[in-house]
Amino acid sequence: MKNNKNDKQDLGKVILNEITGEDPKSPKKKKSFWKKIEIPFLAIITGLLIGGILIGATSQSVYAGFAVSIWSGFAALGKEIGTAYFSLFTGSLGNPVTIIQALQSGNATDIRFALNPLLESLVKSTPYIFAGLACALAFRAGLFNIGVEGQLFIGAAAATYVGYAIKGLPSYIHMPLAILAGAAAGALWAIVPGLLKAWTGGHEVINCIMMNYIAYRLTTYLLTGPMTRPGGGGMPLSPMIEKSAYIPQFFQSPIRFHLGFFIALAFAVLVWWILFKTTWGLNLRTVGTNPRAAKYAGLNITKTIIVGMAMSGALAGLAGANEILAVNHSMAIGLSSGYGFDSIALALLGNSHPFGVVLAALLFGVLKNGATRMMVVSSIPIDIVTIIQALILIFIAAPAIIRAIFHLRSSKEDTAIVTLSSWGGGK
Amino acid sequence: MAVSTTTIHHQKINEISSIRRYATGVIEILVAVFIYLAFTAKMASDTLTTFVMTPGGLDVGKMADLIVPTRITLIILSVFCLIIAGIQLIKGFGKLTNLMVGLVFLAFIFGFLSWQAAGKSLNLAGMLSSSVLLAVPITLGAFSGILCERAGVVNIAIEGMMLMAAMVSALMGSITHSIWLGLLFGIISALLLALLHGVLSIKYKINQIISGTVINIFSTGITAFISQKYLQVFQQLNNPPMFTRFEIPLLSKIPLIGPILFNTNFFVYLMFIILIILQIALFSTRWGLRMRSVGEHPKAADTLGINVIKTRYMAVLLGGLVAGIAGSFYILGSVGRFDEGMTAGKGFIGLAAMILGNYNPIGALGAGMLFGFADSLGSKLSLLGSVIPSTLMSTAPYLITMIVLAGFVGKGHVPAADGEPYNKE
Repeated sequence: MKNNKNDKQDLGKVILNEITGEDPKSPKKKKSFWKKIEIPFLAIITGLLIGGILIGATSQSVYAGFAVSIWSGFAALGKEIGTAYFSLFTGSLGNPVTIIQALQSGNATDIRFALNPLLESLVKSTPYIFAGLACALAFRAGLFNIGVEGQLFIGAAAATYVGYAIKGLPSYIHMPLAILAGAAAGALWAIVPGLLKAWTGGHEVINCIMMNYIAYRLTTYLLTGPMTRPGGGGMPLSPMIEKSAYIPQFFQSPIRFHLGFFIALAFAVLVWWILFKTTWGLNLRTVGTNPRAAKYAGLNITKTIIVGMAMSGALAGLAGANEILAVNHSMAIGLSSGYGFDSIALALLGNSHPFGVVLAALLFGVLKNGATRMMVVSSIPIDIVTIIQALILIFIAAPAIIRAIFHLRSSKEDTAIVTLSSWGGGK
Repeated sequence: MAVSTTTIHHQKINEISSIRRYATGVIEILVAVFIYLAFTAKMASDTLTTFVMTPGGLDVGKMADLIVPTRITLIILSVFCLIIAGIQLIKGFGKLTNLMVGLVFLAFIFGFLSWQAAGKSLNLAGMLSSSVLLAVPITLGAFSGILCERAGVVNIAIEGMMLMAAMVSALMGSITHSIWLGLLFGIISALLLALLHGVLSIKYKINQIISGTVINIFSTGITAFISQKYLQVFQQLNNPPMFTRFEIPLLSKIPLIGPILFNTNFFVYLMFIILIILQIALFSTRWGLRMRSVGEHPKAADTLGINVIKTRYMAVLLGGLVAGIAGSFYILGSVGRFDEGMTAGKGFIGLAAMILGNYNPIGALGAGMLFGFADSLGSKLSLLGSVIPSTLMSTAPYLITMIVLAGFVGKGHVPAADGEPYNKE
């Protein structure tokens, strides 16, 4: 792309802004804690409220209540939404009464079981943390990694293969090896759109979508063909992985809380350190926010794009590997419940900051885990969570809507994280 | 600046560089050699392949089965490719290059089918007929994408719009017992989502991919929610009437083409009608010129008095309308009931078809047909007990899309302002 002369004149200023603007020590940037979380917080509340309205509007008992009188209608509405959300939160965080009783009894097993909903939420959060980090890292590099789903599948397949095909290794070698295989496979899968973007300018979004379908078909082929479980009757299912490849769970079954959660947290810290504490991270963020300035500053954009994409893919592959090695212990085709799109939501909700992503992932884990319980108690389909997630996402992406609802003053610091040029590429 | 880039792009399309000429020729030779070596190997000279030329269950427009000696057919196809490759290398075909590549591709496919069905019988007409039906949602999705992106709005929410329209037309079609009301409400639901996409991406200037993703997530959630809450519980709510086969007099009696194109579903006709309208409207009317100018250079369009914002809203809404028709097709034209996630990513494939078809309705139809054919081929192959896994075969269209996008086949023309929000100053 040819650049105008005007760009050149502004260049020094642009780079300066770029670097100082990103500097956390700059006094201008300091926002109060409330200001930082205001929009996400209100978005979550509003999302839950609208979800509640939907629950009420699709409930038989509410209509029956309104048929009697307005007041009994509202009572039924309150009861319906209350039951739903109460079961959502006891299902995901544990029932306070049971927890207190268990603590008083002092029985370790009881305490563990009372806390299991909370632990299970952490289990559910773990893949979200990895996938969200994958997307957030790519966002920071100005890349839209919509291919997390495919990278996750390929990562899971690689981890599964290493998990069952290699036998007789001690656990402290086998498990890291399987994890590494997952990360490497995810990275390889993500490098393809990265290379295509860097070399030909083909937009990574459409390439990632294509790679998702290829990954899905490829894993279907692998699971019904070369990697199928002997005696599985042609079902798309892999053999069980070796015990030595398991990511250890801390407690006895049915509590599934495992080491993977802490690995995920460690990776969040690692990504934070890379992004904000290393020169390479600064380069990556500069490429992401202002590729033109980065180019004039002499940064290697091609390399940054490729490495950024590979790291993002590695994190996505870890999400898949984690699910196999820690939770499922074998691979089936229904592995992912849409982590790919959820990861975009997570990265946006967490403002593409690793720690923000962790918080967002915890929220999603809680919602997902609680929704299972809610479905049992009040027969509300689990998909209410997806709807609430979409609503939250709308409000996060368009803060103007939230500001309009709550009459907040607008701030000028909302800048788009990613800019999209056309599919064909701007090269 | 964008105007000058456009001209450069157009030149690229018309002129074929010598490297590309030779590369194309070499690839065509490779295809010829491949057909000869891979397909005729171990083939007895008396093997016959039977192609059934009438789709199952039809009496109108019958055609006799085509029985060919496999080995000789394959050799002829191989020689045919070789001749094209030779001319390509020596003289070049100029503007006809892509057409010739298409012919070689067809020869390859035909050779592949003859090889696969050697000694057996393959219902070619039935396969083509199902390809057309499978192509309908993909092509309509591509049309939806063209409408939006020609005006400069990237729309990856087509998938969500299709899913929503499918659910709503199942529900409303069942409630009203009317096909047309089912279709109407399906379209309205997609229009509402399109409006949301418009408001988010045009008014609030959210990144258009994020906006599209949000709509996709929302649609997945709400359709699954309503499906589990109502459609699966009350079966009578998921039992809409369907469009039956509609025979066009006279035309349906043409052998092969008649049964496939003129004795088929309402939606196939609708697809062709939309194709003609879209092709003319986009490239031969003032309306189309204005819309494309908004997608190429919104600022210039604005200076000339075109209302950029309004044009973009209109484009997105029209795109929603077409996506709504595509979604309703699943219910009213194909399956007859709603299942969760039944569009299965066809909206995204539609986007790929749009790119493959170079943002051109006719091209999109061709690409849609290719994807439909690949789907149909995949299912046929598994029936024939092929040695090639159909799951791997079915990745071919995605690979082709990526190759095209990478510009290996020649750079297409993308609307210059695609994906960029417009700030009126």
